[in-house]
Amino acid sequence: MNNSFFSDFGLFLTKRSADIAESAAEHLVVVLVSLLIATVVGVGIGVLVWNRPIARSLSIAGAGVGLTIPSMALLALLIPVLGLGWVPTIAGLAFYALLPIIRNTVVGLSEVPPAVSESAQGMGMGPVRTLFRVQLPMAWPVVLTGVRVSAQLSMGIAAIAAYVGGPGLGEMIFKGLSSLGSKNALNYALVGTVGVILLALLLDAAFVLIRRLTTSRGLRV
Amino acid sequence: MSETNSRPAAGARIVLRDVTKTYPGQAGPAVDSFSMDIAPGELIMFVGPSGCGKTTTMKMINRIIEPTSGSITIDGEDVLSLDPNELRRRIGYVIQQIGLFPHMTIAENISVVPKLLSWDKKRTRDRVEELLAVVELDPKTYAARYPRQLSGGQQQRVGVARALAADPPVMLMDEPFGATDPITREKLQTEFLRLQEKLSKTIVFVTHDFDEAVRLGDRIAVLSERSQIEQFDTPANILANPANDYVSQFVGHGAALKRLGLIPVNQATLGPAVPVRGAIEVGINDSLRNALDLLVLSGGTPVAVVDAHGRVVGSIDIERISAVLGAEIVPSALTGARP
Repeated sequence: MNNSFFSDFGLFLTKRSADIAESAAEHLVVVLVSLLIATVVGVGIGVLVWNRPIARSLSIAGAGVGLTIPSMALLALLIPVLGLGWVPTIAGLAFYALLPIIRNTVVGLSEVPPAVSESAQGMGMGPVRTLFRVQLPMAWPVVLTGVRVSAQLSMGIAAIAAYVGGPGLGEMIFKGLSSLGSKNALNYALVGTVGVILLALLLDAAFVLIRRLTTSRGLRV
Repeated sequence: MSETNSRPAAGARIVLRDVTKTYPGQAGPAVDSFSMDIAPGELIMFVGPSGCGKTTTMKMINRIIEPTSGSITIDGEDVLSLDPNELRRRIGYVIQQIGLFPHMTIAENISVVPKLLSWDKKRTRDRVEELLAVVELDPKTYAARYPRQLSGGQQQRVGVARALAADPPVMLMDEPFGATDPITREKLQTEFLRLQEKLSKTIVFVTHDFDEAVRLGDRIAVLSERSQIEQFDTPANILANPANDYVSQFVGHGAALKRLGLIPVNQATLGPAVPVRGAIEVGINDSLRNALDLLVLSGGTPVAVVDAHGRVVGSIDIERISAVLGAEIVPSALTGARP
């Protein structure tokens, strides 16, 4: 029984390898694109609000409430506005990825000692220069941790995006679940799920590398 | 003190006129009508208790805090009409927490202002090496290190080097040695004095430590609430003639001892050379305070005074030390107390 399952699964993998690779690649691309958008927007919001108590609370609370909306519901709500396919998927994913990034940007910037910012000011750096040359580089490891958390979050949610016709491994999971009992149902679901897990692990490893490459040696403990 | 005038005038003249700072929502001003003339190359100490407005006053000079009213000029130029960032690049700024940038190497930290001033790479690199040597950190060892790899004292030296990077005529220092241990602090103070001897910057130095003020300052401003100047004079004059009870209280006990710490042995009229008893001898350029310290150990018998080559040139005893204090500055204040 076991042997027949594995040989069967092996056959499925070889026969569908091109499909699987394409789905995996799409899955990765959709996650990376939405992550990039979320990083730009999230860091931007973080920079604007970190020093303003009311705006800071509002944006963190808002992003927190946003995260509690079930992803299936949000994606469904996006259909009338954005239609099906890549666009609603990326919009939805970017939305969920915002919270950890905004929150970590705010935390990272708040952790820069006031004395360091004051000495930057005292040496004649303007606020913008201080932000880009001192505050953001010092906050960077914390910001990057937020992006990393968002990346993991997006990997899982992206699978659900197949519901709105989004690309990626979710399609395979849905195909398997909707054809339970048929010959390849289990294989589809299994490939989709394990694929998402493997991609998530790979991306996480990539973040370890990015962190090493982009963090100043002076900040590493 | 008097040698201020003989130093090369590398610093700038700072004039504060009726400088006032009122924070919104506060009844009284934090700094009330502060006026002061600071000569080029002078090292001025602001001393006072916490919250008296001494730091606020200092920070108005480089406009980290904007004055509510009054005028500040540096070499005749109105500080308030300049672009604040341009202004600050010409004023060295050292704070107690040092504020080195942890993500930059020591060399990069020192290069910040030269880069802002668009110096070329070679000039910046040469300047970094020169400054590290000035603050006694070997450039080969330290230039590529990060702040966290340095001790507190070393970090503070880098802080001073960074402030000196573009050779600013004016330096503002806010308790720069306050967070270091006593031994490191004394070493940093000695090095700082030696440095100032060469550089002759105009320095405003804030401290709450009166002994530090006596040790370093050309003139000391003793400040009370709302940054009111209770007395502004040389350390010797303040110790000999405190203007009022507030200043006396600040001077604290042992004013005479503190004065002796400022006067070298060669100011005293030495007695006849005596045979050296044991190893008790004092250098002619040491302070009278050290001489007194040794006299206590010698049991009161005169201590031999030796010159730089170790030759005995005379002796000193308690009466001769007292005579120096009596003769210094204001004989009238002490003649009543002396027979």
